[in-house]
Amino acid sequence: MTGLRYVYAVCRPFGTPLQSQLTGVAGDPPRGLTHHGLVAVVSHVPERDFAEEPLRAHLEDMDWLTETARAHQGVIDALTTVTTPLPLRLGTVFRDDSGVRTMLEAREEDFQRTLDRLEGRVEWGVKVYAESEPKETARPAQKAASGRDYLRQRRAQTRSHEEMWQKAESFSTALHQKLSEFAEDSRLHPPQNPALSQATGRNVLNAAYLVPRAHSEEFVEMVDRTKGEFPGMRVELTGPWAAYSFAGEADMAGGEKP
Amino acid sequence: MTTPSRMPEPYGQGSSANLADILERVLDKGIVIAGDIRINLLDIELLTIKLRLIVASVDKAKEMGIDWWESDPALSSRARRDELTRENAELRERLARLEELEPGRAEKREAP
Repeated sequence: MTGLRYVYAVCRPFGTPLQSQLTGVAGDPPRGLTHHGLVAVVSHVPERDFAEEPLRAHLEDMDWLTETARAHQGVIDALTTVTTPLPLRLGTVFRDDSGVRTMLEAREEDFQRTLDRLEGRVEWGVKVYAESEPKETARPAQKAASGRDYLRQRRAQTRSHEEMWQKAESFSTALHQKLSEFAEDSRLHPPQNPALSQATGRNVLNAAYLVPRAHSEEFVEMVDRTKGEFPGMRVELTGPWAAYSFAGEADMAGGEKP
Repeated sequence: MTTPSRMPEPYGQGSSANLADILERVLDKGIVIAGDIRINLLDIELLTIKLRLIVASVDKAKEMGIDWWESDPALSSRARRDELTRENAELRERLARLEELEPGRAEKREAP
């Protein structure tokens, strides 16, 4: 089969084969392309969708993007169960196998260094949502009798709103501190938009933690214990993910935020 | 070699993982390599999607001191600030016009 090469991840050679029914972004099963001590996980993709022009157009199409992102993540996920993959950003495409090999060779040292750093570690995502404010106390049912009453009610509402945010902030800060101390590394991500996440409540913390596999159970328990600890706060855990949030800074010293 | 056997059950992963979780990782994180097909995700209007990832709670996040993406040109809320500046100017203009309509002030202002 001809076509372009879509690269999902770079990892070290792994013994376990990937699930046989696993398919990549264009339906083609991913395979390993080994060069020296590294494996690029690659699948063939058609030019009609992944050449520069069509790819650019597709990326603006939310449905296409969603499907492709899920397929990309599906491959990374499968790799995470058998090895420690370095996930590449969506849409990394080469003309042919030799292009992929050249890339592996050019960045060999970077990859090896990052693999050393991330070996045996996974990423856990923790989000905190502040559920909507207690309406009963904040909003009296009766209509304001006068302008002055109205203003008084508005002030009370604002105050209870502020209190809610303050609580959410101190809860999130304390949780993040506790989890950061346990994890090897952490990143704060921007809060998520409910239109995409379909989640209820305001997203007040969206963080990623780098945790060794061996300590993951403990980490999960730690997060679980905070659930329901504080009324009105919802804690959500996702993972284990490949170390997406910690892989993209191979060239940066000191682990500064990207 | 690490053994995945001790790993806890996945949480909210796979098909049930929320779209924002997946997009923020596959589009925003991970290793950036210039392939043969040169698409810079930051360049194109996909930016609108990136913005949609964050824009909902930006004000709140800033209040909480989570604002590092401000320094990321791709995620800067410049457009929103511009919008505010414009609105501000509009309001000042309206205020000036109203003041002119008020007789006392109008006299003072328009006195030769």
